[in-house]
Amino acid sequence: MDFSLTREQELFLQMIREFTEKEVKPIAAEIDEQERFPSETVRKMGPLGIMGIPFPAEYGGAGSDNVLYSMCVEELSRACATTGVAVSAHTSLCAAPIWEHGTEEQKRKYLPRLVSGEWLGAFALTEPNAGTDAAGQQTTAVDMGDHWLLNGTKIFITNAGAAELFIIIAMTDKSQGMRGISAFIVERGYEGFEVGKEERKLGIRGSSTCELIITDCRVPKENLIGKVGKGFGIAMKTLDGGRIGIAAQALGIAQGAMDETVRYVKERKQFGRPIAAFQNTQFQLADLQTRIAAARLMVRSAAWKKDRGLPYSVDAAMCKLFASELAMEMTVNAVQFHGGYGYSREYPIERMMRDAKITEIYEGTSEVQRMVVAAELLK
Amino acid sequence: MKIVVCIKQVPDTTEIRLDPATGTMIRDGVPSIMNPDDKGGLEMALRLKDEHGAEVTVVTMGPMQADAVLREALAMGADRAVLLTDRKFAGADTLATSNTLAGALRLLGYDLIITGRQAIDGDTAQVGPQVAEHLDLPQVTYVEQARLSDDNTLTVRASTEEGYRMLEVGLPCVLTVLVTAGKARYMSVRGIVEAFRREVEIWDSARIGAEESKLGLGGSPTRVAKSFTRGAKAAGQLYEVEPTEAVEIIVAKLREKFII
Repeated sequence: MDFSLTREQELFLQMIREFTEKEVKPIAAEIDEQERFPSETVRKMGPLGIMGIPFPAEYGGAGSDNVLYSMCVEELSRACATTGVAVSAHTSLCAAPIWEHGTEEQKRKYLPRLVSGEWLGAFALTEPNAGTDAAGQQTTAVDMGDHWLLNGTKIFITNAGAAELFIIIAMTDKSQGMRGISAFIVERGYEGFEVGKEERKLGIRGSSTCELIITDCRVPKENLIGKVGKGFGIAMKTLDGGRIGIAAQALGIAQGAMDETVRYVKERKQFGRPIAAFQNTQFQLADLQTRIAAARLMVRSAAWKKDRGLPYSVDAAMCKLFASELAMEMTVNAVQFHGGYGYSREYPIERMMRDAKITEIYEGTSEVQRMVVAAELLK
Repeated sequence: MKIVVCIKQVPDTTEIRLDPATGTMIRDGVPSIMNPDDKGGLEMALRLKDEHGAEVTVVTMGPMQADAVLREALAMGADRAVLLTDRKFAGADTLATSNTLAGALRLLGYDLIITGRQAIDGDTAQVGPQVAEHLDLPQVTYVEQARLSDDNTLTVRASTEEGYRMLEVGLPCVLTVLVTAGKARYMSVRGIVEAFRREVEIWDSARIGAEESKLGLGGSPTRVAKSFTRGAKAAGQLYEVEPTEAVEIIVAKLREKFII
């Protein structure tokens, strides 16, 4: 067992930290304030290979792995959770299912455009009446012989406003229940496919979250992913991978809030000494730092298992559960440490607290993660 | 075109703290980086490569750990990396260093040699010019821009205390380059992955075929008579903004430090 970073990982951290410091951090407050998707950052990340880290060079990817990808999302999220989730949803929820379940033709057609960042990707499972109960899909896909005809509405779709490619989950045979669900690749330009209004949110306000309105949308036969009826399994496996990304995002938010808090408590003086000198500060921060270190090991261990083709669903659920609840607690405490300044929008802490909340909700709520862990434990 | 860029691994002096009691540098935990002027030189070489096509080789003299800056250079887009390492190179001053580099450069071959102006740990600005003298090549120092005007001529802009000079120089030649030559590109993720799958060539003194008396401590006539520490000063931050925005930044900083 070896816990040390490889030289490749060290060099990558040097690069992604420099990139985050110079390109991501300076606009983090602005894109939150303006509720604006950071397209300019995506344009810069594409050529650097950040939009396709765990995919082979053969398809234009960086040829690295999920451990490095998790480090990337963590570092970006340390400064800007919006940028972190843009990379995570694109990589784990759109490019990954094509890479893992797609045909050779689908990979050749779509992966190069995704991993180069030319096209941003999104994934659409959630519907007004199908959230945690994902099997209750009302979007339908009907086999019309030479094409599929899709109809329905999706909501809360991350990246949607800026995405060119969507993985759409739809019911192909309602009588089959979960086994009647299939997954499709849908291009933004297909007739009958419309990206609806932008959701106005508490946090990750630069992230584009939209509804999708699908009306008699003709999707080519060859855009079915995997086999008919296998969509639910593909969606669940996709979310397993996505949870590593969101756990990394949550970890990054927690680390970012810790960085700010450490800097602040050393500078801020009350009762004649820095607030870092009070044992209450020290004990609280020590507990949180311990959990950050634990979360990081959990995230990297889940990513490591995925890279080796080992089962990792439970690991992904556990690291997402742990890291997201940590992000929430860390940021709430960070605001408290900052006092009035923490509540002020002059400081990044209130944004981090607003951003943290979603990590307990999307790609499976904390309750879903507990269900996954308990099901394995008690089987 | 064959471009060779000489780079050096240096301690990140912006991260260095001084022991308040002794006034000496605390080296522990100080990260090593590619010398900033050298990075400017590498960026210049890579831009010439992007525009005209070139093979860019990076070379450094140093201990095995200096491999790190060569990998970084490969990840930025360099084609070939050579590490000059040998116990016999140890303790070299600028003359012995330039002798060693010149020996390697003769073997590598070149149309253009680029070095950084000076290293942030030594600040001599001597190695580049000395390399040019050893190889009997024309040199332009303090270069900020270089453009290939025809196959054999560079038009360069060299910084001076009063302003700058525009010069034409025939190839082969040596340029010493400033960090201000251009914002260095980021390493790419694929570049990083591939940097560790490629070979960094290790050359020792035998490979260079240099005279032993001209290497390392023995080949170094320089003697340090006295060294002293300048007062510590934290790294500043530079903003190029409109006056109104500048006021906001200054006020925010003063608030952050609880001065106002």
